[in-house]
Amino acid sequence: MAAIDLRPPRLTVGPLAWVRKNLFSTWYNTALTLGVSWLLYSSLKSAALWSQTEARWGVIEANLTLFMIGQYPREELWRIWLVIYLLAALVGLAWGTWRNAARGFAVMALGAGAAFALICFALNWEAWINWLIADAILLIFFLIGNFLPYASRVTVVGWLLYFPAIFLLVAGSRHIAALPPVEMSAWSGLLLTLLLTIVGNLGSLPLGILLALGRQSKLPIVRYFSIGYIELIRGVPLVTVLYMADILLPLFLPVDVRPDRVIRAMVGFILFEAAYQAENVRGGLQSIHRGQYEAAHALGLSGALTTALIVLPQALRAVVPALFNSFISLFKDTSLVAIIGLFDLLRIARSVIAQPEWLGTHREVYLFAFLIYWGFNLAFTYGNRRVEQALGVGKR
Amino acid sequence: MSDETKSQEIIICRDVHKWFDSFHVLKGINLTVRKSEVVVVFGPSGSGKSTFIRCINRLEEHQRGQIIVDGVELTNDIRNIETIRQEVGMVFQSFNLFPHLTAIQNITLAPFWVRRTPREQSSELAMQLLTRVGIPEQADKYPGQLSGGQQQRVAIARALAMQPRIMLFDEPTSALDPEMIKEVLDVMVELARSGMTIVAVTHEMGFARAVANRMIFFDRGEIVEQGTPDQIFNHPQNDRTKLFLSQILRH
Ligand SMILES: Nc1ncnc2c1ncn2[C@@H]1O[C@H](COP(=O)(O)OP(=O)(O)OP(=O)(O)O)[C@@H](O)[C@H]1O
Ligand SMILES: [Mg+2]
Repeated sequence: MAAIDLRPPRLTVGPLAWVRKNLFSTWYNTALTLGVSWLLYSSLKSAALWSQTEARWGVIEANLTLFMIGQYPREELWRIWLVIYLLAALVGLAWGTWRNAARGFAVMALGAGAAFALICFALNWEAWINWLIADAILLIFFLIGNFLPYASRVTVVGWLLYFPAIFLLVAGSRHIAALPPVEMSAWSGLLLTLLLTIVGNLGSLPLGILLALGRQSKLPIVRYFSIGYIELIRGVPLVTVLYMADILLPLFLPVDVRPDRVIRAMVGFILFEAAYQAENVRGGLQSIHRGQYEAAHALGLSGALTTALIVLPQALRAVVPALFNSFISLFKDTSLVAIIGLFDLLRIARSVIAQPEWLGTHREVYLFAFLIYWGFNLAFTYGNRRVEQALGVGKR
Repeated sequence: MSDETKSQEIIICRDVHKWFDSFHVLKGINLTVRKSEVVVVFGPSGSGKSTFIRCINRLEEHQRGQIIVDGVELTNDIRNIETIRQEVGMVFQSFNLFPHLTAIQNITLAPFWVRRTPREQSSELAMQLLTRVGIPEQADKYPGQLSGGQQQRVAIARALAMQPRIMLFDEPTSALDPEMIKEVLDVMVELARSGMTIVAVTHEMGFARAVANRMIFFDRGEIVEQGTPDQIFNHPQNDRTKLFLSQILRH
């Protein structure tokens, strides 16, 4: 008998059937659908009405730059644009090099650039131009990525250099004439929020991995130190850790080294978040079967190679959702730096509301801050999904 | 004994003892394996077979006696152990492939990182080994995408890639469906005939008959009886051996 080549049945449902199946299948489902629709309609209607009539959106227009970069000197604004240009170039390069793997991010970045350009169109001629340039750079580097020799290596190196580059550009240096140092006390607004997030997350993950490995170490001193550290930090609120970093850090350092408050806050976030990342990673380490260690040892791999090549890649992969959860938590927790006197996005928002001419605009301002946090978290969530997909290739 | 035969002795165990807490698992094992010898270890569950062969590459530590592998005594010296482990390949009942790496990456990992074989060379060797075990077309698949028999053959290729002088097998076919057992045994038979020194824990008596030089019956942490397959199958001396053989040969 000839084999029949059967295709799997396709499950397509018309929109009407979908609506009936999912929204009106039973009487209580129907009631719920109608009830929720009414609630949504009435609340959105009044919100839309408010937004069209009462709301004074001028507060956002007038303070847009303040929200974004706070007190950062306006004559050095070009450096921030350069940071954005570089990001656009690297995203474009990644897209051109890795195609599908980076396409989602690239499209998102392009969309964000276009959206910002649109918002700024009538308000801020300079910002409008700059967002358009950023999108153009992204597309140009997409093309370059397609033809570049060693594109993959160049892109990786570019990304590795990017993070120190941000710091150099934003902070400046006494040794580079074109980049005069900018007082860290001037770092504020969304810029500060993002810098704290990036440094806090990039710093806490490696430290967390070390602590998690330390917690499993055969050496009692290392093990007890790790356990003690993790439990101590997890036992106190973040605010306390920020206070401690702010007050105690200068005491541990030589007198002539006076790290700025921003640095102290970054250290505080790294120290705090590391304890949580350590526990996330430990969960992954525990999921590794004993046979994996045995197979690696039987091949003659040393303990360090076994950890680096066999154990960690699998352990980290297993806990990607938990790691991203912590990334997101940290992003939101940066708003606590207001307590030690720094002006992050939310603190700037409060100061805007306090301006005499904009009294009573807290709804507009908080809604705006909410949208910014939420927008970035959408990107985080998307990143989480992409990373999971990318690492799930082999499936177990 | 002449020097000639002495230098042929690649594994020497003298009065090896081991305890798990107070439980005496190995009670004075004496065994010498010569180069290119194929030794099959069998016996009831829990008798200490796995523990014993895992002592040979020190996945378990013995607590009394002496184990000398390829002229090096196994002690706590970590360098000795890592050197010995490079000379001794091991294949596990549950394969233990690295699930985050493809078949070929599983095979090239140790040669590249431990032996420092250049990448092209280790990939070439890996493809040769995959061809030898009959699955060159599976090179780029992940373990989760392979059948049990294919996974075990990749595991054998992975062990062989270090070019070991001894191969240890711990029940390599007992996690496999019957139709896959043969494909793995075929590889092992070919390996035995190529002159590899093999110590295998297995109850595949067909394999033992075909290639074993010696069979060792293990019970309650001791070697109860040993001999050629002919002696063991046709003229077993010990009652426990007879009983055990009658049980496993019945089906
Ligand atoms: N890590 C361990 N800790 C404590 N006891 C152990 C450990 N490993 C094995 N044992 C015990 O030692 C004995 C011998 O175990 P071993 O795995 O060597 O037996 P085996 O002959 O290989 O059995 P099987 O045929 O079931 O694989 C068993 O009673 C087992 O419960
Ligand atoms: Mg066993």
